[in-house]
Amino acid sequence: MGALNEFLQTKGIYTLVMILFFLGVYGMVLSKNYMKKLMAMNVMQVAVIFFYLCLAQKEGGMIPIFDPNVPDAASYINPLPHCLMLTAIVVSLGTTGVAIALLMRIKEVYGSVEEVEVIRRASK
Amino acid sequence: MTIMDCRPFLAVGVSFLAAVLISFSRRYPNVRESWSVIASFIKFGLIISMVPGVLAGVTYEWTLFQITDTIGFTLRADSAGILFACLAALLWIPINFYSIGYMRCNNEHEQTGYFAAFAICMSSVMGIAMASNLLTFFFFYELLTIASYPLVLHKRNEEALLASRKYLIYTLISGQLFLAGLVAVYCISGTMDFKAGGFLTTDMAPTWQLQLIFLIMILAGSVKAAVMPLHGWLPAAMIAPTPVSALLHAVAVVKTGVFAVLRIIGFVFGPKLLADIGTADILAWFAAGSIIISSLIAIQQDNLKRRLAFSTIGQLSYIVLGAALLSPLSIKGAYLHLVAHAVMKITLFMCAGVIIVRTHRSNISEMYGIGKKMPITMCCFTIASLGIAGMPFLVGFISKWNLALGALQSGKPLYVAVLIASAMLALTYLMPVCQMAYFKRDPQEQFRTYGEISYRMLLPICFTTILALVLGVMPEISPNFYAMASQAADSICQGWTGGGW
Amino acid sequence: MIQHCPVLIVLLPLTAALLCLLFSKFNKNLGSWLVIGSIAGSLACSLQVLHQTLTSGEAIHYWMGNWEPPLGIEFVIDPLSAVMAVLITFISLMVAVYSKPFMRKEDWLHIGGYYTLYGLLTVGLCGMVITGDMFNLYVYLEVMSLSGYGLIAMGGKKSMLAAFRYMLIGTIGASLYLISVAYLYAMTGTLNMADLGERIMPYLSSPPFALAVACLFIGFGIKMALFPLHGWQPDAYNFAHPGSAAFIAGVMSKVPAYAIIRFFFYIFGVNNPIISTALTVLGILGIGGVLIGSIMALAQYDFRRMLAYSSVAQIGYIAIGLAIGNMYGFIGAVLHIINHAFMKSALFLVIGGIQYRFGEINLYRLGGLNKKMTLSTITVTLAALSMVGIPPTAGFFSKWYLMLGAYQGGQYFYIVILVISSLLNAVYFFRILEQMFVQHEASLTEINRHEGKLGLPPEMAIPILCAGIGILVLGFYSVDIVDDILKSGLPEVFLR
Repeated sequence: MGALNEFLQTKGIYTLVMILFFLGVYGMVLSKNYMKKLMAMNVMQVAVIFFYLCLAQKEGGMIPIFDPNVPDAASYINPLPHCLMLTAIVVSLGTTGVAIALLMRIKEVYGSVEEVEVIRRASK
Repeated sequence: MTIMDCRPFLAVGVSFLAAVLISFSRRYPNVRESWSVIASFIKFGLIISMVPGVLAGVTYEWTLFQITDTIGFTLRADSAGILFACLAALLWIPINFYSIGYMRCNNEHEQTGYFAAFAICMSSVMGIAMASNLLTFFFFYELLTIASYPLVLHKRNEEALLASRKYLIYTLISGQLFLAGLVAVYCISGTMDFKAGGFLTTDMAPTWQLQLIFLIMILAGSVKAAVMPLHGWLPAAMIAPTPVSALLHAVAVVKTGVFAVLRIIGFVFGPKLLADIGTADILAWFAAGSIIISSLIAIQQDNLKRRLAFSTIGQLSYIVLGAALLSPLSIKGAYLHLVAHAVMKITLFMCAGVIIVRTHRSNISEMYGIGKKMPITMCCFTIASLGIAGMPFLVGFISKWNLALGALQSGKPLYVAVLIASAMLALTYLMPVCQMAYFKRDPQEQFRTYGEISYRMLLPICFTTILALVLGVMPEISPNFYAMASQAADSICQGWTGGGW
Repeated sequence: MIQHCPVLIVLLPLTAALLCLLFSKFNKNLGSWLVIGSIAGSLACSLQVLHQTLTSGEAIHYWMGNWEPPLGIEFVIDPLSAVMAVLITFISLMVAVYSKPFMRKEDWLHIGGYYTLYGLLTVGLCGMVITGDMFNLYVYLEVMSLSGYGLIAMGGKKSMLAAFRYMLIGTIGASLYLISVAYLYAMTGTLNMADLGERIMPYLSSPPFALAVACLFIGFGIKMALFPLHGWQPDAYNFAHPGSAAFIAGVMSKVPAYAIIRFFFYIFGVNNPIISTALTVLGILGIGGVLIGSIMALAQYDFRRMLAYSSVAQIGYIAIGLAIGNMYGFIGAVLHIINHAFMKSALFLVIGGIQYRFGEINLYRLGGLNKKMTLSTITVTLAALSMVGIPPTAGFFSKWYLMLGAYQGGQYFYIVILVISSLLNAVYFFRILEQMFVQHEASLTEINRHEGKLGLPPEMAIPILCAGIGILVLGFYSVDIVDDILKSGLPEVFLR
């Protein structure tokens, strides 16, 4: 059990993130509904964001707001990945927005967001 | 001695300019064609003005711009180059008049495009003749492919389409092979400048690599030179208008292939290196084979132009054979035959064109008694035919004599037999035409009053026939092709005697 | 002012794009002219920057808000990125002017929206090229992608589907790049590229680095439509807005290729086992792309689809050039990025013109086009010859350097591939030329009748002419481009 514990302690979270990421990819590839594909895409993006946040953590680190009593930089967690992810979240929001706009238009034109149906009507 | 002189570029540029002017004067046929004529005279003047200098040992050189850091876009008039340039420029003059007559008599369409493409072809031939390095050579080589493609396609019908595709497939493949070869040459030697006697040496690369490069480059040249079995495009390309067949497929395009072979053998590898690595023999076998086989095929052809095409294939292989024999006399013979075959074959094709325009007959079996109706044309045809067969006092004799001596010089007397056999075969396939024309009567007596064709087409034929006669009797008449050929062969061989007797 | 040129390359179109819709509301055409003007300004800045970096011989570093890297974000402009910036802004300007006639009948929202997206696409591409920061690169990648999806979606009914699919795949690519950045950051603690290049040294053979390279490779591979990740491309090019297709096809897949060059050759260096493995894989995929792309292009009858597959093949050339991994191969690849951008843009400009006038894209229905649109057919001829690699057009020179590189590296196999692919190119491009010049006139209905010599409105004819001349100019001056620009910007790997 010790080995498993150690694995979960050190790498467990990364494994979960990886599973989440590939779940997203899996959903994007295999689901037949464009809306579901889009949701899977969001899952994938969230996995990447988690990955960054996990990287930033360290044991015993405190939130990165400067406290004059703790001048040592090593005792804070790394704020940079969080900042990066703020940007990434905005980007993923933008992507989702564009995607939903496209889906609405697809629905308007083809009357469906089911892949099979849309392709059938598109190839007509 | 090298002199910086831009005349080589002027000679190339003048017909480019003519092409531009031609396309702009679409509406005025007389103006359009006079551009072509003027350009041909200027071009010939420019070339001929360089001949005395070149014969005195001067080379004229000019670099327009750098293609890559070490290779310039350079033209250089050396003796081999000026020989080919002079020949092409000289023959462009009669063919120009002939074209005008042919196109007008036949009421062909797209005449503007025709004359423009023709002028560009002539530019690229000049460029090929005088290119001073492989890359410049390749530039013009590809340009010629592109510019002659519309000429083959001229008829715009299904047959022309298929022929032009075939033409493109062959020539583009040859171009790409050539490119691969010259990349290899550049990488192993670091230079591309043609040097008489070759610039490659055995210590630059392993022997197998040199052999491979040689084969690839020769393969590329042989496609355009229509050495069998790579000849397929040439009979197909006979669909083009006859002046095109006459100048391009008897002189310019095929001769560039042959010229490429000569350049590769004489100026890239050099006879000494080739004698060491020993791959030139393969080329000689193929050339000998195609001399005989093409003659045999020519006998079976009923279409006059196709028969002439196969004859061309055979005659070109003479030149390739001469180069592949690697002896001073055979190389000299090769250069001489380049000239001789051009003069004779252009005459034959022009005669064939006249017959087609006048009687609309292209099959030999239909040419009953044409000789009586068109005496001058058929007289010229007969003289040129005899020349192809190698009659003394005609231009073909001297070159074949030198080729035969060259074969002896390199210790391969069997090739003399090939030359003699082929001369016999040439008589076999060309004399029936004369016989048909002079001695057969039309069984159905359907003669229309053909008569001779207009002077525009007749004079060029007479001109080239006289040229064939004069060059046969006085080979050193100005422009001194004989001296140019000897000088080129001497510069290539530099004391190398061919390794035979 | 001059010292702010680097940032202005990005800032000008960005501002203009954001203001575009507002201006369009007032006057239909004002917004579009604003964007076009800003791109022209951006081009001027790029030229200035190129001049500056060539004369000084050093890379220009521009610190955002004067924050010193590695903490701050910097723009780094060396000769290579300056050339890319000039290329992008030039083609962008050309195509921006070109797409105006397509918009004539649209309302302000369409025009404004189109030019906003167009401006943003330019911003994204330029930003990707000149940034010196890994995460910044991601942001510009997304700016490029999102505006690209929008422009593709504007092409009509089917284009929405193409755009959506491209978006799904593209997002996977971008996420993979983001993961790769995470790994690199975790290893080195820096996002600055120059800094990364130094700090990554100890990790160059570690497993996380391999993973990072793999993610980066697949991410950009998707974005540059490297075989077999090219599935999105034919649809996207085919259905993209005909006005912007030239820009999308010409540049959008080249910039990710540039990013791969930047990472592999300048930051990581090619002399370590992981990168050389990656390059080998790149070469194999390149060969696959060249062959499959060319063969697929042969099978198409839709002009634009054919060009899209031809792009797959041409990206294969670039991949091969990088895989060769010596100086000539590198020069060949970079030169091919530039040349191919011009050739593909030229072809798409012409096909857009045909679409504008006749609404026809079937390449078997272009007979007799040489009479109707002489200028365009000349440009197509030049571009086709360049694609095949006939001198003196530009395409010959990139192929020449690629072949030199392959021979010097002893990788003769690539030469065979290049030769075969040129011949395949010749087959499918001469097919078009044959159609245009030889076949009987197809009965085409004129949607937008245009009399006159050019055959198209001048806004469209002039860019087409520029692209055609550009192909020749790039050919004649290739030695200057190679010697003066590319060679002064070679990565350190080749200088040693």
